[in-house]
Amino acid sequence: MTTAEQPILEVRGITKRFPGVVALNNVSAQFMPGEVHAVVGENGAGKSTLMKVMVGAYRPDGGEIIFRGEKVAFAHPKEAQEAGISIIYQEFNLLPDRTVAQNVFFGREPSRYGLVNQRELNQKTVEVLRELGAENMFQPTAPLHTLSVAEQQIVEIAKAIAFDSKVLIMDEPTAALSMTEVQLLTDLIDKLLERNLAIVFISHRFREVFDLSQKISVLKDGQYIGTLKTAETDANEVIEMMVGRPLDSYFPGLATPEEIGAVKVSVRNGSNDFLKNINLDLCAGEIVGVSGLQGSGRTELAQALFGVEPFHEGTVAINGKALQVNSPTIAIRNKMGFVTEDRKAEGIFPNQPIRDNILLTVRTLQALVKRISRDGVTGQPNLVSDLSHQVDVRASSSDQEVQYLSGGNQQKVVLAKWLASTAEIFIFDEPTRGIDVEAKAAIHEMIRELARRGAAILMISSELPEIIGMSDRIIVMWDGTIYGELPSGATESEIMKLATGHSNGNANGSNSE
Amino acid sequence: MSELTTTNNGPSTWQRFAARARSVNPIYVIMILLLLGVGYLNPRFLEVNGFLAFLRRAAPIMILTAGQLYVLVSGGFDLSVGSIVTLVVIGGALMIDNDPANTWWVILVLLAGGVVVGLVNGFIVAYLKVPSLIATLGMLLVLRGAGLYWSGGAPRGYLTDNFRIFGRGNIENLPLVDKFPYAVIVLAIVGILATYLFHRMVYGRQLLALGDNPRAAKLSGVRTNRVRILAFVISAVSAVIAGILLGGFSGVNIEAGTGLELQAISAAVLGGAVLLGGSGSVPAAMAGALALELLFALLNLLGLPKPLRDAVQGLIIISAVAYAALGTRRSK
Repeated sequence: MTTAEQPILEVRGITKRFPGVVALNNVSAQFMPGEVHAVVGENGAGKSTLMKVMVGAYRPDGGEIIFRGEKVAFAHPKEAQEAGISIIYQEFNLLPDRTVAQNVFFGREPSRYGLVNQRELNQKTVEVLRELGAENMFQPTAPLHTLSVAEQQIVEIAKAIAFDSKVLIMDEPTAALSMTEVQLLTDLIDKLLERNLAIVFISHRFREVFDLSQKISVLKDGQYIGTLKTAETDANEVIEMMVGRPLDSYFPGLATPEEIGAVKVSVRNGSNDFLKNINLDLCAGEIVGVSGLQGSGRTELAQALFGVEPFHEGTVAINGKALQVNSPTIAIRNKMGFVTEDRKAEGIFPNQPIRDNILLTVRTLQALVKRISRDGVTGQPNLVSDLSHQVDVRASSSDQEVQYLSGGNQQKVVLAKWLASTAEIFIFDEPTRGIDVEAKAAIHEMIRELARRGAAILMISSELPEIIGMSDRIIVMWDGTIYGELPSGATESEIMKLATGHSNGNANGSNSE
Repeated sequence: MSELTTTNNGPSTWQRFAARARSVNPIYVIMILLLLGVGYLNPRFLEVNGFLAFLRRAAPIMILTAGQLYVLVSGGFDLSVGSIVTLVVIGGALMIDNDPANTWWVILVLLAGGVVVGLVNGFIVAYLKVPSLIATLGMLLVLRGAGLYWSGGAPRGYLTDNFRIFGRGNIENLPLVDKFPYAVIVLAIVGILATYLFHRMVYGRQLLALGDNPRAAKLSGVRTNRVRILAFVISAVSAVIAGILLGGFSGVNIEAGTGLELQAISAAVLGGAVLLGGSGSVPAAMAGALALELLFALLNLLGLPKPLRDAVQGLIIISAVAYAALGTRRSK
């Protein structure tokens, strides 16, 4: 299959910095025509950033991109597309109310007398679809929103063909597809390889990585680790490369057995639209880490426990009492707290002062016509300043609107909000995402301190060092289920094996579906 | 209060004064300037009785604005209030049926009707997820149609004196002021209650949180539907009270409430309320309503024709929203 010796696309020493992080550090890779090249790595390893740098969505801070033997610097993905590099994001870039043909030739419709020539447009679309062997699947005149996800993906690919692309980049192309649809994509990719395209794809699903690719490149923390020939490696080796790094050492100690107390939350056979057969116990004094890849059901588990998207089936008991937690209000009344993943959308009230942010949850437990105490609650008139001290919010005064605080300080305000409510069961979803190292360590210390005081804690994180450093017990989610449980001291590769749908000793990819 | 980790070494007295001056809502300055302007052109206006008479006239729109503020802060609009005012005036006259003995139960029925309209508005917005602009616009048409159908298209009946006393009557023979309008007493009571509920009670804080970030409010335990519906009820009840005052002041008229909803929204926006929710103040919104009335009085004294009111109002809404949009963009 591989005929040309020259790479069609090559990156050399690419570096990309964002405020506070180096997303890509001196990354180099070569992509050959007629070859499928998978790029793998943990969440945040820099895969998507690298793709975006290649098509000009981001401008690199260093390094160069060589396309067809020439140095290029695209200012916009559109320029890259015109030059012959197309990218298909997880979220398709299509117009749902336009037809298939209008989408395929969007912005370049054949025209006659200044009007779009519909007949030629549809004709040309059929030709493109024929090349993909998909001309019988749907009409060029079908409105896009009537197509399935898999069919829409074909439209995206057809669009790339219509641009005569030489390189096609796909970000998680199989994430939303069923098994049969994945087979369809596999056939399609064979057609594309016949055209001598280079295909680059990002995936978390090892099965597809091994089924589809000829080469696998591994990124980790923005560093290029290496490239392997798929035929000469196995899942274990790839996982080792993805996670093999020393543990960061700034975590507080784990719980001693005496510190772990009674069961506070107990879920049996919990299921809803996103989750299947969840069995889970959370004990006082214990931090349970939840690992899993994006879309594995981690956040959905938190939302089910907290009543945002409740379990439809199964039982939940809090402190031994069976309950239907059907709304956050019920959860809060049973002393639960939820520090959400998306601070901006779900945590803070940007236009309100710090004090009202901190006091909101405790106020939801009061009558609507109760007189407020400005800086606290009855009996604790200085609650705001006490908590601000405790979590160390850096602000000029508690009058300051939260929108003007840094991410770390906003997170501390959110934390203080739940401390004010005297919760005893805490769910943390990505508690340290997007905040600096110092604030991170402070928040880790606070979470552990809560556990020491007898709180039960469920901590979701996509950062494996955080999971390993903080958790007294680790559960790993995959495909809406708790796929496995590991004791503290588990290694990153053990976690990754479960998170990618492998059980131990089942290296090359069959999943349990 | 400022036991937080302070980042500067204590502001000087002047800095503190400047900060304080900046934090004063500009609507109060605008209001005072307009007051002086009107007083300059018509000195009688600055006398106690002249001013009280003006407050009496402004009371309905100020009350309406206080209610509207609750809905605006929740992130919605209530366009139905003008029609509620009209219906109160028309329906009040028809139900009283020229018998002063009927006045008291009619007032109770009108207030109860306000609660029902507010509940329906709130229910449609909170549970059926209809945007409030559309829901209350629909309610505006429903109530207007109902009023016209009920009255047969022309004002019928009279409001009895004991009904009209709230809008136009005075307590006579008082020391110092000679006479004091009932409407101003109603205004003061409503103003204080609305301010207290919004600024000093749990409900106000939950409403602000809901308007600022509905998703976060829900996840923090705010019962968002309940809080939202209550805002519509408060707005509708304030419209009933405004209607009772306005009917008293100017009698039965099938156009009594036309356009008042937009006037209330512009007034609240003048007072610093942010359209789309999350920020606002009851006293400032009421000051905005007073400022708007003063502006109309000023335009009137300057001999500008009445239709200019509408144009001025439109300009206020556009500039206030544009200003707010610029502000939020800059802060990002």
